[in-house]
Order: sequence, then C-alpha cells, then structure tokens
Amino acid sequence: MEHKEPILDIKNLSVSFRMYEKGLEQKDLKVISNLNIHVDEGEILAIVGSSGSGKSLLASTVLGILPKNASVTGDMRYYGQPMTIELQQRLRGREIALVPQSVEYLDPLMKTGKQVVGVRGTKEKQRLAFKRYGLQREVEELYPFQLSGGMARRVLVSTAVIGDAKLIVADEPTPGMSKAMAEEAMSNFRTLADEGKGIILITHDIDLAFEYADRIAIFYAGTTVETALAEDFGRGPEALRHPYSKALWEALPQNGFKPIPGTQPYAGSIPGGCLFAPRCLYKTEECLGEIPMRTLRGGEVCCIHAD
Amino acid sequence: MMNMMKYIAGTLFRMLLLLVGVSLVSFILVVSSPIDPVEAYVGSESNISQEQKDVIAEYWGLNDPPVQRYLTWIRNLLHGDMGTSIAFKKPVVQVLEERFITSAALMLTAWVISGVLGFMLGVVAGTFSDSLADRVLKTFCFVMSSTPAFWIGLLLLVVFAVHLGWFPVGFSVPVGKAASEVTIWERIHHLVLPALTLSITGVSNIALHTRQKMMDVMKSEYVLFARARGESRWQIVKRHGLRNIAIPAITLQFASFSELFGGSVLAEQVFSYPGLGNAATIAGLKGDVPMLLGVAMFSVVFVFVGNFIANLLYGLLNPEIREGGRV
Repeated sequence: MEHKEPILDIKNLSVSFRMYEKGLEQKDLKVISNLNIHVDEGEILAIVGSSGSGKSLLASTVLGILPKNASVTGDMRYYGQPMTIELQQRLRGREIALVPQSVEYLDPLMKTGKQVVGVRGTKEKQRLAFKRYGLQREVEELYPFQLSGGMARRVLVSTAVIGDAKLIVADEPTPGMSKAMAEEAMSNFRTLADEGKGIILITHDIDLAFEYADRIAIFYAGTTVETALAEDFGRGPEALRHPYSKALWEALPQNGFKPIPGTQPYAGSIPGGCLFAPRCLYKTEECLGEIPMRTLRGGEVCCIHAD
Repeated sequence: MMNMMKYIAGTLFRMLLLLVGVSLVSFILVVSSPIDPVEAYVGSESNISQEQKDVIAEYWGLNDPPVQRYLTWIRNLLHGDMGTSIAFKKPVVQVLEERFITSAALMLTAWVISGVLGFMLGVVAGTFSDSLADRVLKTFCFVMSSTPAFWIGLLLLVVFAVHLGWFPVGFSVPVGKAASEVTIWERIHHLVLPALTLSITGVSNIALHTRQKMMDVMKSEYVLFARARGESRWQIVKRHGLRNIAIPAITLQFASFSELFGGSVLAEQVFSYPGLGNAATIAGLKGDVPMLLGVAMFSVVFVFVGNFIANLLYGLLNPEIREGGRV
C-alpha cells in the first residue's frame, strides 16, 4: 500500500493570546494546547466539540490569519513542508480555502460575482463554480443581502472551488439551516472530498459529522482528546476511546441525553496534565502528568487509561 | 417614483416648519436683546436729538408691537422682500448675495481640504490602528477638536501674519485697492489663513469618524474572510475598506455644513473677512433685526440642503436602500 503524505499534519499545536490584565501586566491566555490532527487527501475530518473549545480558532491558525497578539507553537506541516508564514500567505486563497459560516463574511457592498472572483480567481473560473452549484448568471450582479439562504450557502462554497484548493476548511457551515439545506451542504463537501480534496469540517453537529465525515476529532478545552473513525460513533461508546467521547455519545438526544457533571475549563484556567481529569471517573495520579496522543484501535486517543 | 415625490414634499414641508421656528426664535432673541438699534446706528458720540431718534425709530417701525413687526416681516418675506439692513444700509438680499460669494470661497476651500485630508488621515489611522502614526494622529485630532476655531485663527494670525509676515492680517482683498484691480492671487493670498483655520478644525472630526469606521471594517468578518482568501492588507483597504467607509464619509461631509457655517462665523470674525459670518456678527451687535433674520434664514436653508443632499446620496450609494429587498 502506497503511503501518501497527509495534506495537513499538526502535532502538539498550541495557540495563546497575549492579554493585558490590570494595567500593564501581561498574561498569556492559552486557548489551544497540544492539539494533534492530520488530514489526508480525499477525506473529511470533522472536528466536533462544544462552543468555546477553540474549534474556530483552529481554522484561523491553519490559514495564518490569527490576530497580532496570538502566538503559535508546535509543528504544522503541509505535504511535509513546515508551514511558515510565507507558505501560508502563498497557500491561502489558492491551495487552502476557507468556507465561512454565513453571508456575514461577504462584503455587503460588493457584488457577489466580483467577490467570488476575489484577488486570486478569474471570471471564467467563477462562472464555472456558479454553474457547478446551480447558480444563475444573474446572481453575479446581486449584493450579499439580496441572496437567499440557499444561494448564500452555494456562493460561499463557490469561493472554495474557484481556486485549485487541496484543503478546504469549513467553519460551522450548517447552523441555522433546515435539514435539507444542511444535507445539501454536506453532500457538496462529500463530493469535493471524493474528488481528492482534504476537508476539515468544524462543527458541533455530531449527527451530520457522523453521517458524512470519514474521521471525527473530538475537541475538548482546546485540544483533541480523540480521533475516531466515523463508524465508531454508530457502534456506541464501547467503540470510542476517550472518556469524554463516551460521555459525549451518551449526552446525544438519541442516546439518552445523559449529562455529566462539571464544565469545560475556560481558557486561562487550563489545568496541567489531562484537561478532562477533573470530570473523569477513571482519574488517577498519572493523569496529572504529560499525556501523549497515541494510536489505538485505528484511531488516536489522548488518555493513558483507554484500551 | 411616487415615494420619491412624497419624500421631497415631506422634506420641503419640514424645511418650511424649521424656517418659521428659527425665524420666530431669532426674532424673539433680537427683540429682547438689550441693544437699542437706534443707539447702535447713530453711535454714542453723535449729537442727534431725542426727537430725531424717535423719528428714526418710528420710521423703522420699532414702536409697533413685536407681533405686528414679525407679521409684517413674514408678509414682506412672502413677497420676496427681506427688508433693508440697518447696519449695511442696503437691501438684506443684496448683502446676503455679496457676502455669500466671499464666504463660499472660504467654506468651499475648507470643506474640500478638511474632507479630503480628514478622509486620508482617517484611512491611514484606521488601517494601522494602534501604530505610532495612529497615536500621533489621534492625539492631534483630540486636541484640535477640543480647541475653539477662533483660538486657532488667532494663533495662525500671530505666527504667519504678524511674526513671519507671510500673509495679510485680515480682509479678503488688499486695503485701499479698487475692486477692479484686485487679482485672483491677492484674493487667494487673503483666503489662506481663514481657510486653514476652518480646515484644521474640520479635519479632526472627519478623520476621527473615518478612523473609527475603518477600524470597524478591519475587524469585520468579511475582512477576515478576505484575508483567508489571500488578500493583502493593501488589497483589503482598496477593495473593502474604501468601499465601506465611503458612504458614511460622504454623508458626514454633507452633514457637516452646520459646523462649517458655525466655524466660518468665528474664523471670519478673527480675520475681519467680509463674509456671511462676519455680517451676522455685525448685525447682532447693531441690533439689525432684518439682517440677522436674513442670515438665520440663509443658514437654515444652507444646512438643511447639506443634510438633504447627505440623505439623498446615502440612498443613492447604498445598494441596500437603492435596490431594496431580497430577490
């Protein structure tokens, strides 16, 4: 079997923000810590987690568009090359594309056509992209506020296919959509993945992720606690690896809606060792030490007790 | 089309109401002012007898009850007669005309300079917010917007006219020269300092507004997305920044007619520049009711037209208003 290099490989990524506290005292606020993911060609990697777990920040980190006061450490590689600022600059809008959540991400005063062309596309490519998603020629002349919800969705996806993107990062592409619309959006991503593109799908809709993704990374307090195969979610908590993933599974409406006590730690008050330890039933002394991500049953997990 | 007609009719009606209101308030204020127009007219050192003064007062209708005087003024106004200025001894309309031309040169220059300069400075400051340039500019703008126009005028006068002698100390043309012999350069030479005074005070307002708007744009989600799609900072400013701040900037520029007029009253006074503002001051000090009401009416129309243009342009430029609802 030929081993292909992953499109994106992230190891031990941490992102923190420099904040000013009371006067001139500075403090580094860590929002992503020791995150590990990789995306291969032709697959959808879903990143699920509750709000405040740092999912959307991951998109900005990959694209290199974090605010100035952010600092990033860890190893991020694009087809094996270290991801430098220069490389990110060259890739974004070309080989890495972002599909944003809503029409709010479009300039309200620029016509859709011109906007989709952007600075790195051409009119011909934009027309092709519109055709692909069944958008009429007239849509080019519309302003974002004139687009219907479905049209807006397709216009946003068009921006990703206009270049020759190898990696598409979709940030919460489905909230506020009807079931049919969300399914249309997801099947668009599935088609793109089947064409060989790698897709990072950031979402909190586990059901949709399970249905369309290949692998699912579970986010908790700014880190990945587990990467599971999508099928694992269908097989139930035994197939999952991390205690948090199991708890998440049991909290789903169709699985009994069972909550677990405690709350996710806020950025700034991240405990050392396993981030889930304070809420975990299997917690031991060792959980307070460094926990590496390890491979387990075809997935990856960040827990020393998982088996 | 029907809506447009309705809008214009409504606007005209509002302007009419405003004119009546402003004229009434101005009239009450001047009539209750302690300045006696006759005394102001003849001067304190003249030896005109009380009988003669009474004759003048009677001739001007100063002895009629105020309500009657006001109604007479309104009646004449409807016939296009704004009365005769006591201070200038000419029909008010004629004074307004002459003075406005002089003022217009001043206000237009200041309006263009403060608009263009303020916009550019605001764009730079907003794009590079928190940079050194931004901080310097912000400080400058805060200082300038809290400084009265007449003080800046005096300062410029002291430095450039008195000390350096580069510019004349006052008036719009050289003193003692026949109007036909005055060259355009001499006019411009006299215009520089008052226009500069008015521009400096205008710049800070425009620059601070533009800066704020530009910062909002730079923080917006659509700029984040533009960055994600590979646009450089310069491309973002050009494609999204200017586009999104142009409408508020243009609106603000036309809505600033009132500050412009108010500023010109002070600037003209400092430089003895014979414009409308200067005329208003003279009329006020001499209790010249017709002239003062004339200037008040004129300023109402002037400011109102500015705001009206601002509204029209906003509707014309903003696609959300121009093209209406969803398709």
